[in-house]
Amino acid sequence: MSQAKPSPDSAGPVVMLRDVRLTYGSHVVLDEIGFSVSRGETMCVLGGSGVGKSTILKLILHLEEPDSGHVEVLGHDLETSGRAEIFEARQRMGMVFQGSALFDSLPIFDNVGFPLFEHTDLPLEEIRRRVREALSFVDLDYRRVESLLPSELSGGMKKRVAIARAIVHRPEILLFDEPTSGLDPITTRTIDNLIVKLRRELHVSSIVVTHDTRSACRIANRIALLQSGRIIFIGTPAEMLASDDAYVREYLE
Amino acid sequence: MSSSRASPIRWLNEALKAAAYRVQSYFGLLRRVLASAVTRPFYWRDLAQQMDTIGVASLGIVALTGLFTGMVLALQSSVEMKQFGATIYIGRLVGASAVRELGPVLTALMVAGRAGSGMAAQLGSMRITEQIDALSTLGVDPVRKLVTPRFLAALIMLPVLTVIMDVIAVGGGMLIAVVKLDLTATMYLRSVYQSLAQTGFIFRYIPIDVFGGLVKPLVFGGIIALTSCYYGMNTRGGTEGVGRATTQAVVSSSILILASDYFLTQLLIALLIE
Ligand SMILES: Nc1ncnc2c1ncn2[C@@H]1O[C@H](COP(=O)(O)OP(=O)(O)OP(=O)(O)O)[C@@H](O)[C@H]1O
Ligand SMILES: [Mg+2]
Repeated sequence: MSQAKPSPDSAGPVVMLRDVRLTYGSHVVLDEIGFSVSRGETMCVLGGSGVGKSTILKLILHLEEPDSGHVEVLGHDLETSGRAEIFEARQRMGMVFQGSALFDSLPIFDNVGFPLFEHTDLPLEEIRRRVREALSFVDLDYRRVESLLPSELSGGMKKRVAIARAIVHRPEILLFDEPTSGLDPITTRTIDNLIVKLRRELHVSSIVVTHDTRSACRIANRIALLQSGRIIFIGTPAEMLASDDAYVREYLE
Repeated sequence: MSSSRASPIRWLNEALKAAAYRVQSYFGLLRRVLASAVTRPFYWRDLAQQMDTIGVASLGIVALTGLFTGMVLALQSSVEMKQFGATIYIGRLVGASAVRELGPVLTALMVAGRAGSGMAAQLGSMRITEQIDALSTLGVDPVRKLVTPRFLAALIMLPVLTVIMDVIAVGGGMLIAVVKLDLTATMYLRSVYQSLAQTGFIFRYIPIDVFGGLVKPLVFGGIIALTSCYYGMNTRGGTEGVGRATTQAVVSSSILILASDYFLTQLLIALLIE
């Protein structure tokens, strides 16, 4: 996919969390979370079920607000930003939700084209071209799926449509919530390759939440491992494999 | 004083706080809906679709409700009126009750049960499948896209449906009057007209009863849409949560409709008749 190269003023981290704490009632979901992702970097977030991985992505999208600490996206501190700034930041991000979150009243074409219909004045022909390009990117045959409703697709196909929708407006930051869970090994590899390709060719920064250690090691520049709401390890895949921390070792088994 | 002794008070305190919070966020939603109704972008397509959904979904039951209500009103009152040889006044009774009270209220209750529950269920399932989060993520305000069109559509459709209900109810009464009570249609309709003319006219030609009967559905429409969307948008806890939201939407809308009907009637009497 073609995209203008990011402007050179963007040297700093694109996403930064500092000392973030989030609780639901008395349940501490996240505590002392801090990390940053620089442009063109792929960060994988690993951890068991319910440790707060999805919640981290929601914080970055400002769908959740931290009790304390700061979340900065593209240079904006989301806590102090107004609505307009948050909307602008969101438009430069793409999110693949854990359950795909396709709009079930809209056919696939309108789902994938949604960000373009909403925020651009592109002619229909151009939108069609881009939607098809995005669908082909995730190995879907647009002739077959374009006019179907989400309920007529399999889980794995929905996931890929969700990825197409997240990349169609060519965001600078992509957030993936378990993009490959429930997919066969071949499609998993395709999507892993896609994430790498987006980074190499378009300098897209990605944060990928996953259960799959192997694919994390394949695609990540850095890996963060979460345990009960805290980051207990952060480093390159090689560092992780070499780590002698007990929990890291146990997780890798 | 031990803390366990104080727990009912603490409980009451918590409950009141929760209620206050809910009222506050309910009106917060109303404010956002009104603000997004007068600013761009406006989702015309969604408005048209919602008007269609509310209108078409409710038309059948509104018509049936109207028919049977009119018929039963005529039948019930005929028993009394026959004793006094006053069946000629049947139209008055049907006209007044249908247009003033039963038309607006029954229409609203039916729409709450049919369209309101649908709104809550749809928004609720969009909430739990993260579609509402997806909208926000894609830079679209979910209130503007989902709630405002439903609110305005209900505001527009409720008076329309109420008029349909009124007309069919009067027609149902006429059926009984003609078939069972041997009145002529003209006699019956004249008596309906008399009842409507009784309370006087507003803007010269519109009977106050009819006018009042159109103000109420506006308010009821707003209540149905806002309440249903409120519960839908705030759904928690999976499919079970959607069921809960749907039930709460219908129950709360119905109670709010009946309560506000009392106060609206009071207000209309004070403003228009006295
Ligand atoms: N709305 C909410 N209210 C209360 N608790 C919540 C809410 N949302 C999430 N939680 C809790 O926050 C914790 C983290 O949830 P999150 O969805 O981030 O987990 P996760 O790491 O993504 O898990 P999984 O791998 O299963 O998707 C969980 O323990 C969950 O119970
Ligand atoms: Mg999750």
